[in-house]
Amino acid sequence: MAFKSEDDKKAYWQKNIRLMMWLLVLWAVVSYGFGILLRSVLDIIPIGGVGLGFWFAQQGSIYVFLFIVFFYAAKMRKLDREYGVDDD
Amino acid sequence: MDLTTLTYIVVGLTFALYMGIAVWARAGTTGEFYAAGGGVHPVANGMATGADWMSAASFIGMAGLIAFQGYDASIFLMGWTGGYVLLALCLAPYLRKFGKFTVPDFIGDRFYSRTARIVAVVCLIVASLTYVIGQMKGIGVAFSRFLDVDYATGLYAGMGIVFFYAVLGGMKGVTYTQIAQYCVLIFAYTVPAVFISLNLTGNPLPQLGFLSDTADGTPLLIKLDQTLVDLGFAEYTAQKGGTFNILMYTLSLMFGTAGLPHVIIRFFTVPKVSDARTSAGWALVFIAILYTTAPAVGSMARLNLTNTIQNPAYDVGDPQANLVYEDRPNWFKNWETTGLLKFEDKNGDGRIQYYDDKNPDFAAKAESYGWKGNEMVKVDRDILVLANPEIANLPNWVIALVAAGGLAAALSTAAGLLLAISSAISHDLLKSTFMPHISDKQELMAARISMAGAIAVAGYLGLNPPGFAAQVVALAFGLAASSIFPALMMGIFSTRINNTGAVAGMLAGLLSTLVYIFTYKGWFFVAGTNMLANTPDNWFLGISPEAFGALGALINFVVAFAVTKVTAPVPQHIIDIVESIRIPKGAGSAQDH
Repeated sequence: MAFKSEDDKKAYWQKNIRLMMWLLVLWAVVSYGFGILLRSVLDIIPIGGVGLGFWFAQQGSIYVFLFIVFFYAAKMRKLDREYGVDDD
Repeated sequence: MDLTTLTYIVVGLTFALYMGIAVWARAGTTGEFYAAGGGVHPVANGMATGADWMSAASFIGMAGLIAFQGYDASIFLMGWTGGYVLLALCLAPYLRKFGKFTVPDFIGDRFYSRTARIVAVVCLIVASLTYVIGQMKGIGVAFSRFLDVDYATGLYAGMGIVFFYAVLGGMKGVTYTQIAQYCVLIFAYTVPAVFISLNLTGNPLPQLGFLSDTADGTPLLIKLDQTLVDLGFAEYTAQKGGTFNILMYTLSLMFGTAGLPHVIIRFFTVPKVSDARTSAGWALVFIAILYTTAPAVGSMARLNLTNTIQNPAYDVGDPQANLVYEDRPNWFKNWETTGLLKFEDKNGDGRIQYYDDKNPDFAAKAESYGWKGNEMVKVDRDILVLANPEIANLPNWVIALVAAGGLAAALSTAAGLLLAISSAISHDLLKSTFMPHISDKQELMAARISMAGAIAVAGYLGLNPPGFAAQVVALAFGLAASSIFPALMMGIFSTRINNTGAVAGMLAGLLSTLVYIFTYKGWFFVAGTNMLANTPDNWFLGISPEAFGALGALINFVVAFAVTKVTAPVPQHIIDIVESIRIPKGAGSAQDH
């Protein structure tokens, strides 16, 4: 086993899951939240003649998705190194 | 130079490029045939994944869908990109670490069950084959419209080129041609979009032009909404469908995207686990370039199309405003001959009236104008992207480029799907299940033969498309979302789900989704055999058949957990496999058993 101890193994996996969960919350909030359920609320804020909710549905959510994926990759690379399980 | 000659030159050049790559990237081993030898750079793989993913439907169909459905089409924009978040965070790194060639490989090994593997193979083949029919049709249509050859000849040409690089090179050949195809398709998609955005808003970036003011100072989308409402159509930005259905539909597309095998196997080709994570990000970058452009293309094309027929310089209702049929532009005539655009002079005034004659609130106005019904009796939404450069009066070379782009999109996706099918047959059915003793050389030969067979079947289905071809895309996503995606998630994130639980879950998800789709669309899509009319008030909780995949996935999860509770626990060596895929260290390249 690549980990120093059983505790390390558990801690690594829990940190990974916690990061993943937070990012999935963000993923759901920008698409299902801002783009669909809360659209009418967000549309109060105008952007280019239309509302912010509409913008999230057709543009914004995709940009946030991009951020999520690269943020996860960078954070996990750090976590892998911290626990000595990186693949470099 | 006339358009046809120019198109022949542009398409011919791209085809010569694909052939050249095929000769250069021949596969010598099964490792190269199934996973390109495992040495593809993450950015290169991201680009190949972009081409793999973006099909004829994304390139040709999506902007048209957005143009006519407006806000509601956000389902596709969010669903088909949001799935990559699930892939990147929950699936790709772990499946890469597992290090085998196919998706059924993982399901079969993790759930230590031949049945699970075979269920996965069946789902994979049904999902991929239904998906490939659409690509074959796209190839045939692009050829017949732009190169003046008939549909069948166009299809044979497409099959020939895929045969050449997919049979020779397998995943290796497919990967490098997909990279070239991505460049062709994204160039072809964005160039007209930039021109049109400049024309309408003065902003060269379509993503910004989408939100900018038009020449008279009104924002583009407000102007579009106004133009549509004046003709009785629904506003572009208005929501038309039920909120819960939009939510479930988006979720189903995200699950389906993450569970489609031809996309997942692309991540077996990168060298390391950390590469799989970043590669999914790059794939999303390359996909987002097209997906964020699509709503701009859709809305601008709708505005241009409407303004061509209903001249905005005059008031609506003024006869002068309507285009005289005899003066119709050339693109109009070209598309009329394909039957995808149809005009009928209902009030006999020789002018074209294009409005929503099904809107009861607009009927009185239309009558006062002397209009006797919508005279654009057919406007196929698929023509919008293809006709877009012509509608906007762009030069001929742009039109030729769009033809090459549409072909690149269809060919790259078809090749990826055919590869997923052929590797499932030669690797999962032959090598892993029925003929475990064949050598690497024999398996490679089997892989090439199944690839050739898959191309022949896909070609046959493209020539004789079943009447339900449009319906089956819902089936492909439904199957991937309800059977494959949950099985992969449980295989990675739970050490407890056992063989019986997984098989029961997959079958429950699969069958519930199939039954739901067939209930509204007819058993095996045979017209008239549906048990309930396919209308929103008949749908369970207002969920349309296309949106059921997410609920099927939920059923899969619940059944798998329940059955696992009452059956034998997972053996220790399987728990060890699950724990080893959770750490990136020690991933070799994808390999055989």
